[in-house]
Amino acid sequence: MITKDAGTIAPAAPAPPVEVPRPRERKKHRAWDEVPRWHIYLPLGIYLLFTLIPFYWILLFALRPAGSTSLVPWPMTLEHFDKVWTERSFGIYFQNSVLIAVATLVMTTLVALAGGYALARFDFRIKRGFMLALLCSQFVPGALLLVPLFQIFAELRMINSLASVIIAETVFQLPLSMILISGFIRNVPYSLEEAAWVDGCNRFDAFRIVVLPLLRPGLIAVGSFAFVHAWNHFLFALMFLSDQSKQTIPVGLNTLMSSDSVDLGALAAGGIIAAVPVVVVFAFIQKWLITGFSAGAVKG
Amino acid sequence: MAQAAAVAKPPAPPRRRRASATPRRLPYLLIAPAALLMLGFIAYPVISVFYYSLQNYNPTKPWRNGYAGVGNFTHAFTQDPQFWDTLTFSAKWVVVEVGLQLLFGLALALIVNQTFAGRAFGRALVFSPWAVSGVLTSAIWVLLYNSQTGITRYLADAGIGSYGTSWLSDTSTVFSAAVVADLWRGVPFFAILILADLQSVSKDLYEAAEVDGASRVRQFLHITLPHLKDAIILSTLLRAVWEFNNVDLLYTLTGGGPAGETTTLPLYIANTSVDAHNFGYASALTTVAFVILLFCSIVYLRLSKFGGGDK
Repeated sequence: MITKDAGTIAPAAPAPPVEVPRPRERKKHRAWDEVPRWHIYLPLGIYLLFTLIPFYWILLFALRPAGSTSLVPWPMTLEHFDKVWTERSFGIYFQNSVLIAVATLVMTTLVALAGGYALARFDFRIKRGFMLALLCSQFVPGALLLVPLFQIFAELRMINSLASVIIAETVFQLPLSMILISGFIRNVPYSLEEAAWVDGCNRFDAFRIVVLPLLRPGLIAVGSFAFVHAWNHFLFALMFLSDQSKQTIPVGLNTLMSSDSVDLGALAAGGIIAAVPVVVVFAFIQKWLITGFSAGAVKG
Repeated sequence: MAQAAAVAKPPAPPRRRRASATPRRLPYLLIAPAALLMLGFIAYPVISVFYYSLQNYNPTKPWRNGYAGVGNFTHAFTQDPQFWDTLTFSAKWVVVEVGLQLLFGLALALIVNQTFAGRAFGRALVFSPWAVSGVLTSAIWVLLYNSQTGITRYLADAGIGSYGTSWLSDTSTVFSAAVVADLWRGVPFFAILILADLQSVSKDLYEAAEVDGASRVRQFLHITLPHLKDAIILSTLLRAVWEFNNVDLLYTLTGGGPAGETTTLPLYIANTSVDAHNFGYASALTTVAFVILLFCSIVYLRLSKFGGGDK
């Protein structure tokens, strides 16, 4: 609060007179904001160690030469990356993973947007039942449906096709995404849309021009969720894609881990390759994620 | 939390101001893609699981296939100690993980909700494991727990513990080792959701409490916690279901071992169906898992008085 005030008010010159007596008052009235610094930095620092040491560890193994026991990645080498990308086919896995994750993102967002709009703006006969089905599906674990899902995809001749994984990931992302998006849409006043109709827009244009831009944080949150989940998820790809050229990064990592003598350098380099896209996406959307969630959670 | 809104509050009443703009079929068209996908790939598999749970079905032993009635269920409850072992382990795993994740997540959210220098960067760093997959988490912790070049080696160098310690293959340490690895990834989930919910607490409440001389602890207990209640109930429930069902981490980190020590019920089910091809029995176990989850969830929501009370 305090630094925020300082940051936003300082450049705006016309408001200084009120500012003068404040600092002293604050000491009394804003104890909540005046937590002793070490109450923040000490636990945060300890937690950061817990968070960052594992990351450092994997970087260390990925960058130091095989057989080294040094605690700093120096001399640095990229041999593990070379090896894992070509010999261990991570180059191909990477392409497959990107394809699956992007396709899941697009499908989930579009289907959930349509359904979420219907849930937020209409009352129709099966709505309550449908909402209930959405909530119940949260309890249905994909892992336990592996066998029937496998049978369905075999029937559809989609085993060994990336489409099977894309569909499975989308289906299990849908319920939560739809519930979230309908919440976001409900937060946009209906009167905005109605005003656009009066101005001659049809329902679709009104939605596209008026509502869609306001949904941006929410859609970013939902879309990135879908992307990260599909990128990370392991079981569907393991089960439905037996062809090595169709496999994904998590499956490749598992293969590296389950071999008899684990090549730790290759495993670490593979792990870094697995982490980079999600960490980049995550760093980029982190801000929207919080606002997206809090917007979706506004009550009443 | 979005569900909080969805469950707690009936949706806005329909307003059909312009009949032409709301054709009656439109909502059905809009939910059709989602409904079809869910019917085909969730509802149908669930029904087939229920169906197979009453069958002897094993593709490798076709001569025994056929209607089994409740045979699979009685076998699970009376003759299969592994069912009870894995169920007990699942319960222990879920309670410990969700409890610790909530505790640390709440503390972390409260800390990064304060104003301090480097807050945005600090938040990004502490939340980052959230995006890391179960398999990658395993890979990282396999490197850390490795008996030759892992952290124990350097601890032994410093005089703590002994060389060659492998926490993942010792039955007395494997549980804690797996819990820590999963905590690393799970705490940010709670921290993010709770932090999001903290944004909607009115600052006025705290200022009023200040004026009344309430201590920080009391402010937390009487303002923050009640405000977070629904979010906490829902996120713990979702997370518990997720922790129960998720097999990525344990499958890749310990493979359910050593000696079946860390096999959860879903892992056992996966082994039964995928390795032993005993689909009928696996389906019965799955059905039992559904019922247990559903029952526990309803009891939890009832006991925690979700959505009621302070509103």
